[in-house]
Amino acid sequence: MTKVVLNGWGRTAPSVADVVSPTSEADVITHLATSTHVIARGLGRSYGDAAQLGGGLVLDNRSLRGISPVDADGLVTVGAGVSIDELLSVTMPQGWFVPVTPGTRQVTMGGAVAADVHGKGHHKDGSFGNHVRSMRLVTPVGARTVTPEQDADLFWATMGGMGLTGVVTEITLQMRKIETDRVLVDTDRHKNLDSVMDAMLTGDVHYNYSVAWVDCMTKGASMGRAILERGNHATAADVKELRLQGPTPPKLAVPFNAPSGILNPLSIKIFNEAWFRKAPSHEERAPKTLSTFFHPLDGVKDWNRFYGRKGFVQYQFAVPDEAGDTVTTAIDRLSSSGVPSFLAVLKRFGAGNPGPLSFPMPGWTLALDLPVGPSKLPGILDQLDELVLAVGGRIYFAKDARLDPAKAAAMYPRLPEFRRIQAQIDPERKLTSDLARRLELIGK
Amino acid sequence: MDNAFGQPQNVIVLGGTSDIAQAIVKRLIAQRTRTVVLAGRNADSLHAASEQCSQWGATAVPTVVFDAEDPANARATVSAAFDAVGAPVDLVLIAVGLLGDQDADENDAEAAARMAAVNFSWPVAALAEIRRRMVAQGTGRIMVISSVAAIRVRRSNFLYGGAKAGLDRLCEGLADSLLGTGVTLQILRPGFVRSKMTTGLKEAPFTTGVDEVADVAVKGLSSHKRIITSPPVLAYVFAVLRHLPAPLWRKIE
Repeated sequence: MTKVVLNGWGRTAPSVADVVSPTSEADVITHLATSTHVIARGLGRSYGDAAQLGGGLVLDNRSLRGISPVDADGLVTVGAGVSIDELLSVTMPQGWFVPVTPGTRQVTMGGAVAADVHGKGHHKDGSFGNHVRSMRLVTPVGARTVTPEQDADLFWATMGGMGLTGVVTEITLQMRKIETDRVLVDTDRHKNLDSVMDAMLTGDVHYNYSVAWVDCMTKGASMGRAILERGNHATAADVKELRLQGPTPPKLAVPFNAPSGILNPLSIKIFNEAWFRKAPSHEERAPKTLSTFFHPLDGVKDWNRFYGRKGFVQYQFAVPDEAGDTVTTAIDRLSSSGVPSFLAVLKRFGAGNPGPLSFPMPGWTLALDLPVGPSKLPGILDQLDELVLAVGGRIYFAKDARLDPAKAAAMYPRLPEFRRIQAQIDPERKLTSDLARRLELIGK
Repeated sequence: MDNAFGQPQNVIVLGGTSDIAQAIVKRLIAQRTRTVVLAGRNADSLHAASEQCSQWGATAVPTVVFDAEDPANARATVSAAFDAVGAPVDLVLIAVGLLGDQDADENDAEAAARMAAVNFSWPVAALAEIRRRMVAQGTGRIMVISSVAAIRVRRSNFLYGGAKAGLDRLCEGLADSLLGTGVTLQILRPGFVRSKMTTGLKEAPFTTGVDEVADVAVKGLSSHKRIITSPPVLAYVFAVLRHLPAPLWRKIE
């Protein structure tokens, strides 16, 4: 057991915990039985404080290994510490892709469950939890197999439950059959936000995957100009050369922390301009590798170091369809405040799942990376919270590092239900995290 | 818990009725602070300060009575304050201090000892217990209110300035000792502040009100700066003053 300083991907608010690496379910059971406060951690890709626990025990679950053969129906059983990257390396050559992937492959199965991650296909496929058929869950009152049929309450509370309902050690996942390792991508430049949102509302239905990269630094008529990328898996008939190659490791890395302030309004404007101009104004059915299309940021290892010592926050919210103007207002406020922000990611969400703390809801979701530093940023985000809350929207816990607990409770009206289920499997209240304490997810 | 912007939720104030501390706490409550423990000497003043914090929006403001002239109670006082929070403490603000009456105190052994106790010994004893508890939490921040008077001790208030200098230097080493523990310590060095502590005294150059100090302090909390000077310009002024030749230094008093 060693004391380790832990923080999230945004590199803010670190805390020190004892860290152990269980290698089996039995190890996890022992650690849960012998400690007072516990949380599991995977690859640390939550942006805030979800996988850290000051003064407690953090289970570094990356040693929970194992990938079963994929059966004829596409079911695979995977250790909680296996990453999407590792899983794809094994399954892609056999023609199986993950049903849902977030913007990075560097998330573990346990983390994907805890955050109920979503990807560019949410409007068609739902989130990660929709494709989990069963899981082994170690709770303080015992280990059990949990399925949506036999233990629906606990299963769905665990999807998006931020690790507070127990420690996932293994999941059985429904994979997706692919014929090639390419996606045929249509790209369009849009001169402003209204234009891209219209295109998404009318056209996303024709694509399995859709995402818009929005420039938050432009004002006036070109406020919210965007690149819209949409695609479908290429079939064998679509490509000349039939290939099924797994992901490739990143070629670039950020070896040390950049000086704070290197990402300033000017440098970000230049980057955003370059990104916008690099994209074709209109392109159809361009074959792209799955890595380039799904995981552009994985091309640069440790890219979060670009934000320097002070780190950054990601602000991601979801609002219902009828509140699409909240997206416009959010981008407008940020662009007019001069707070520097990299490209924002805009997506449409399909139906949510039964998870009481699962983030996706039908409508829009916008995610922005914002460097910590500008003194008005905390206040601006607090105001955006009000706006999001007023239209029945919510903030994504896996990204959060600064929400007010009262607003968290209001955004997730089923939090009391989650707490009831949580209390049944954790009567001594062992499972907690810095995030859970900050947002009072399991009470004060 | 502390958040990404350095906005604490649970706060302990030692010297809870201090004007500067109150102004800081008011701003923290406007952000994320909901629980504030106020520790101080006078139960009635503490009660009034507690009521004030509740009006500003704090949901729990327990109080702890202690006497800063007796370092023997520091451990128990800090323990009572942590227990009153009942969760990880995000920030301890040490605002204990006594300006004293230099002319009357400098030839009075008991008074001089009292100045050293309140401005140095009690805070040092408290810091030992705060350090122990926060390191066990693996998270937390400490802000110690020092003074620009600690940068170079003056003839006209060497009892106060000397004790603060001791505390200030000790805190620099203490802050180094906290690297890698998840706990950080920041030193706030205000210049002359118009407050009930300085009523009737002649104002020095760069005098500010408590609100200006509190603004600088709260901004400092969201930074990683170890030393926070209020007003910030005094950092540069004292960078020069501390190196002045002694005869010149004495002359500008």
